[in-house]
Amino acid sequence: MIDMQDAAYGYGAEPILSDMTLRLAPGSFHFLTGPSGSGKTTFLKLCYGELLATQGSVTVFGQDTATLDRNAIARSRQRIGVVHQDCAFLDHLPIAENIALPLTVSGRDGGASDANMRELIAWVGLSARAAAHPPELSGGERQRAALARAIIMDPDLILADEPTGNVDWEMSLRLLQLLCELNRLGKTIVIATHDLALIRAAKAQVQARVLRIADGKLSAAGANL
Amino acid sequence: MSVATNLMALLRGEVQADRIVPRTGQTARLTLAVSAAMAFLAVFALALSLASGQLADRWSAALAQSATIRLSAADDQIEIQTRAILTVLSQTPGVTEARAMSDDEQRALLEPWFGPDLPVGDLPVPRLIEIIEDETGFDAAGLRQRLAAEAPGAVLDDHTRWRRPLVAAADRLRMLGWLSLSLILGATAAMITLAAQAALASNVQVLRVMRLVGAQDSYIARAFVRRFTHRALTGAAIGAALGMLAIALMPRAAQEGAFLTGLGFQGLDWLWPLTIPPLAAVTAFWATRIAAFRTLKGLR
Repeated sequence: MIDMQDAAYGYGAEPILSDMTLRLAPGSFHFLTGPSGSGKTTFLKLCYGELLATQGSVTVFGQDTATLDRNAIARSRQRIGVVHQDCAFLDHLPIAENIALPLTVSGRDGGASDANMRELIAWVGLSARAAAHPPELSGGERQRAALARAIIMDPDLILADEPTGNVDWEMSLRLLQLLCELNRLGKTIVIATHDLALIRAAKAQVQARVLRIADGKLSAAGANL
Repeated sequence: MSVATNLMALLRGEVQADRIVPRTGQTARLTLAVSAAMAFLAVFALALSLASGQLADRWSAALAQSATIRLSAADDQIEIQTRAILTVLSQTPGVTEARAMSDDEQRALLEPWFGPDLPVGDLPVPRLIEIIEDETGFDAAGLRQRLAAEAPGAVLDDHTRWRRPLVAAADRLRMLGWLSLSLILGATAAMITLAAQAALASNVQVLRVMRLVGAQDSYIARAFVRRFTHRALTGAAIGAALGMLAIALMPRAAQEGAFLTGLGFQGLDWLWPLTIPPLAAVTAFWATRIAAFRTLKGLR
């Protein structure tokens, strides 16, 4: 699914991330942890091609992201669901249309009126808020909407950047449960978080592997989390 | 995706895609106003080009198909050389008609300068012989050689020295008209590019989100291109209609009237201004498309 070989990324002489070698198997569940500013978001951006490795290679779905043209990157993103830390919504559109955005831009019929779409909105508990605009939603509702948008294309890979960062513990568990359900359906999940309690809660539900970024290096964390 | 496919999608329209890009009132009004103003000016530039073109053709045709021979000779030689000239002309290919002007006709020609009581017979006024050419024209150099031999006092004036500067002036005017049209088109493209760039710059977050959810550049560009093309088409249609109305309402004068009163369209020429709105739309299409792709290149 994702294969990194000695990948590094940096703006100047000092790399933010370096010597990253790892392989994420299809259907696996990974947590990416580390202190704030350690490079978790950068790692995820390398995975969906918003950033390119300055050294080494990052291969997603068997294709080196450095060799993909812009259209190929767009196509690969239709297979990757991303939950952004800031949710990245279009504020002038109702949340239902924001969730349907990947369908709309890929030219698939139905959009926000599709039955599956309504089912998905119900699954994340936003049926009553479907017509609301993003600024009208609470943090938890926005995160659930972001998750719904990330999975609407039935992606093989879901990358979530601090999906529980702005929500209370109860909502965090609910979001985690949704992600665990998706993993049981065969989706590969990578969650960047520094919330160790969330990781422990997940380990009770799925077989999750924990990766840790510290000092720009990636390592497998111990099983004692 | 090919340009043809893009164009079809553009004409067909995509409600969802149009909704994704938020409406920007200021750039919308600017594009509409600029397109209307430019189309209005373009109609006048077009009218100027066509009118000067017709003028050049008319002057050229009117002067090209006639010539004059001026005969200055002693009194006893005038009639002899006049007959000789007419004989030469009757044998010259390309000459349809040739005749010596009467004293009355010559008096009429000189009347504006010398008054009605001019005694033409008492003055050393040269005899004028009018030549009407057919469409192929005659060989002026050959005719001059024959006239030199048969009538040494004859001078052929084929109007070239009059025609050339007039036609050159009209041609220059026509060229200036087309240059004005090109400048108007260029200015329209520049203004629409600026408006599109402003709209794109204020929507960078929208572009980023669309890229992140898997939108291809052509899809994103199309949403902007469609909007600006429609605005340019609508504005140019309004401007062209107003321009045509203004031209139609211009006062008319008789054929001998001044050039400016003849500024306008005749017959099928009225179809020319109708090409301005589609041309503005095509200009907007490419200007916005290029601006959109350039902006998108900065987003991965």
